[in-house]
Amino acid sequence: MEINKLLVSLFSLGGMAFTYWFFLMKKDEEAVVVKTNSIDIMVEGGYSPSVISIPKGKPTTLIFNRKDPSACLEEVILSDFKVRKYLPLNQKISITITPQKEGTFDYSCGMNMFHGKIIVEDPERNRRVT
Amino acid sequence: MERLLSKILREIEGLPNMAEVKKSFPIKGMHCASCVRVTERALKKTPGVKDAVVNLATSKATVTFDKDNCTEEQLADSIAKTGYTLELEEKSEEAIQKEKKKELQTLRNKVMVSLGLGAIILWGSFPGLMNTAPEFLKNFWVQLLLATPVQFWAGFEFYCATIPALKHRTANMDTLVALGTTVAYIYSAFVTFFPNVVMNLGLDAMPYFDVAVIVIGLILLGRYFEAKAKAGTSQAIKKLIGLQAKTARIIREGKEIDLPIEQVGIGDIIRVRPGEKIPVDGEILEGESSIDESMITGESIPVDKAKGDMVVGATMNKSGSFTYKATKVGSDTMLAQIIKLVEEAQGSKAPIQRLADTVSSYFVPIVIMLAFLTFGVWYIFGPNPAFLFAMLNTVAVLIIACPCAMGLATPTAIMVGTGKGAEHGILIKDAESLEIANKINTVVFDKTGTLTKGKPEVTDIIPLNNAKKEEVLKLAASIEKGSEHSLAEAIVKYADEQKVSTNTVSKFQAIAGHGVTGVIGNKKLFFGNRRLMDRKKIDYKYVTEQINKLESEGKTVMLLTVDGKLAGLVAVADTIKDTAKEGVAALRQKGIEVVMITGDNERTAQAIAKEVGIKKVYAEVLPQDKEKIVRQLQTTSYNLKPNVVAMVGDGINDAPALAAADIGIAMGTGTDVAIEAADITLINKDLRSVASAIELSKKTMRTIKMNLVWAFGYNIILIPIAMGVLYPFTGMLLNPIFASVAMALSSISVVSNSLLLKKVNI
Repeated sequence: MEINKLLVSLFSLGGMAFTYWFFLMKKDEEAVVVKTNSIDIMVEGGYSPSVISIPKGKPTTLIFNRKDPSACLEEVILSDFKVRKYLPLNQKISITITPQKEGTFDYSCGMNMFHGKIIVEDPERNRRVT
Repeated sequence: MERLLSKILREIEGLPNMAEVKKSFPIKGMHCASCVRVTERALKKTPGVKDAVVNLATSKATVTFDKDNCTEEQLADSIAKTGYTLELEEKSEEAIQKEKKKELQTLRNKVMVSLGLGAIILWGSFPGLMNTAPEFLKNFWVQLLLATPVQFWAGFEFYCATIPALKHRTANMDTLVALGTTVAYIYSAFVTFFPNVVMNLGLDAMPYFDVAVIVIGLILLGRYFEAKAKAGTSQAIKKLIGLQAKTARIIREGKEIDLPIEQVGIGDIIRVRPGEKIPVDGEILEGESSIDESMITGESIPVDKAKGDMVVGATMNKSGSFTYKATKVGSDTMLAQIIKLVEEAQGSKAPIQRLADTVSSYFVPIVIMLAFLTFGVWYIFGPNPAFLFAMLNTVAVLIIACPCAMGLATPTAIMVGTGKGAEHGILIKDAESLEIANKINTVVFDKTGTLTKGKPEVTDIIPLNNAKKEEVLKLAASIEKGSEHSLAEAIVKYADEQKVSTNTVSKFQAIAGHGVTGVIGNKKLFFGNRRLMDRKKIDYKYVTEQINKLESEGKTVMLLTVDGKLAGLVAVADTIKDTAKEGVAALRQKGIEVVMITGDNERTAQAIAKEVGIKKVYAEVLPQDKEKIVRQLQTTSYNLKPNVVAMVGDGINDAPALAAADIGIAMGTGTDVAIEAADITLINKDLRSVASAIELSKKTMRTIKMNLVWAFGYNIILIPIAMGVLYPFTGMLLNPIFASVAMALSSISVVSNSLLLKKVNI
């Protein structure tokens, strides 16, 4: 095989491997525990923080602030909490949820390209365990 | 600087601080006086705040602050640090619409510039066409000059979305467009700067600025139309919000004043004149009128209302004038509840969406991997010039992939479907209910209050054992006065009409599904059905024939005993609703099994069932057993698979049966508990809407399936074509410009298909 073809095959295979590793093998972010009853979530190329941990049974306000002009992110959907909200650019939008059961609940942008996770934990049970 | 100058000027001139504002903000999370102290202190400590008063009762903070030195966000931050939430006022729907309009305008400008410049570049570079172009347009440097603003101004949003997404190790549609167009632009710029290097590699030194620019223009054009179409999917909610009256004419201290709707409180007396919108929910105190409730219930015929009747906010007063007392305001009104329910339904996810969700989370990385594969395969095995084939096909793969269509397929149809339902007085709780309703093959109707008007009237009073007719009515009305049963109401009302007075009852007891017992003076009374007589071991066999005759006429017969001896029979009949026959017929026409369930006796039940056209009847069912029958029907198989059962009831007495059914349909008024218990609420109280709701579900599901087939099919077929799989057999390749046309059309067609749901008949 000519050297240029060899280099291109390496580039092609390397690119595929890199893409797989970069996008599909990323580790889940560590959950940010919401200690107060609200948290700011920056919407820019995704959600920061994307994984949050909130207590069961208590109202928690997620304050979304969209800095990203992408139409993809203009809506946020928390389907487990039946919330679909338009996020105007550069404006804080509050969504208050009171989770009634424990578990991990996904939320996403309007086109389901960007994702975040809400981990609901029972503070009473954790206290009993500790 | 400007702020500082105005501050200095004010101080020099000794002017009062014009930047000082007083504003109220809701605070969430407070529950005691100490919360008030903490939040108040935090606000007062914020630089620029002059005063802050926090009210626990209203959960609001009134803050006086200098807007030159303090922003609302700073106030929110100060409160957030204490663990509470200060809610900033969100932009009104109007302001959001204005902003969206502005964004669309900018997008339109970008499309026009991109496509305009793209056409000029194409004229100067496309083989054949370029012969007619002026010489300067063929110059690569001129093409670079024309392409650069499109790539980095019009296409800026693709980079804006891609770079932060890459930081999160995620990718979306913008990533693909940014990658594809950047590859074409950089190659073209390289050709412009170093044509000799390209020629030395054996390639024709031709740039592809037209590809980069036109692809950007067309994708933005697609987004423009998509955004316009998407706005149509949420029109129902906007329409509902728009129904809200802006002001109310309140009567205070004998004077009528117009107040903003937000300031109307419970108990306020409101005057409504002909042609005016009713501001909030309430009860008529004086006057009468005909009211058009079509905007809320979908019922086109105006309803006559008089003193004591309830009126619903946002409905239209037609002819009369009246005053009424506000009973529900703000978020408690029926309109607010409907809006909340529709919004929640539109925010929920249908189970059918799961597959699309899974695919779309891997989609973009897989497309990027396929793009690398395409480049490698074409470079190694492709014909000459291999590099150009490899590059153009890679760009085509990146551009043609359309994850948006998959993301939009289900939610847009759900939004239009639930909105369409709301317009017809059919409120669907969530997307899952809409999906299940499509599979309903058995509908169970509760009789009283659902198929019938639920307002029975006394038809016969038969005294027995030397009792007098008036005496029977008097005793029956006295004992039923304490009961909440609809039959009791009929007897009490009849006694009132006959001007028969009632006595005080002691030791009153209601036995569910049987009747009532009590004591008047020293007489012990039982009043109820045959089951009660059996339970109390009363002999009634000698009147069985009379009872059977009344029951065969669809009447409910109750027996009255005084001290263990029969004193009389009271027959009550309920009339069927106007829409019952048509409602049942519409369901049967769809091949749906229709069942009636009632606590009434077999004969009455059969008479009503016959009248409305129902063949399968469960009679004499105790309230607690209705749920068991629903469960039993779910497991009874008609088609070798479990039945999908819908239960239609009034939502109050039938709550367990509604919950047990696959779909609980409540004939509610919108403000009831019914909305919470039911999956579908028919606020129009029209029984034909049961079939309409099933039809709406079927049509919505059909649209979703069409959308998903289209979105998946499009990508499954066109990505391989863009990769060039047909080339060895047909020599066919996909130009990236055509790829961008297909991609733009793909998501528009999905949204447009969902919008077609608006036009279906249900």
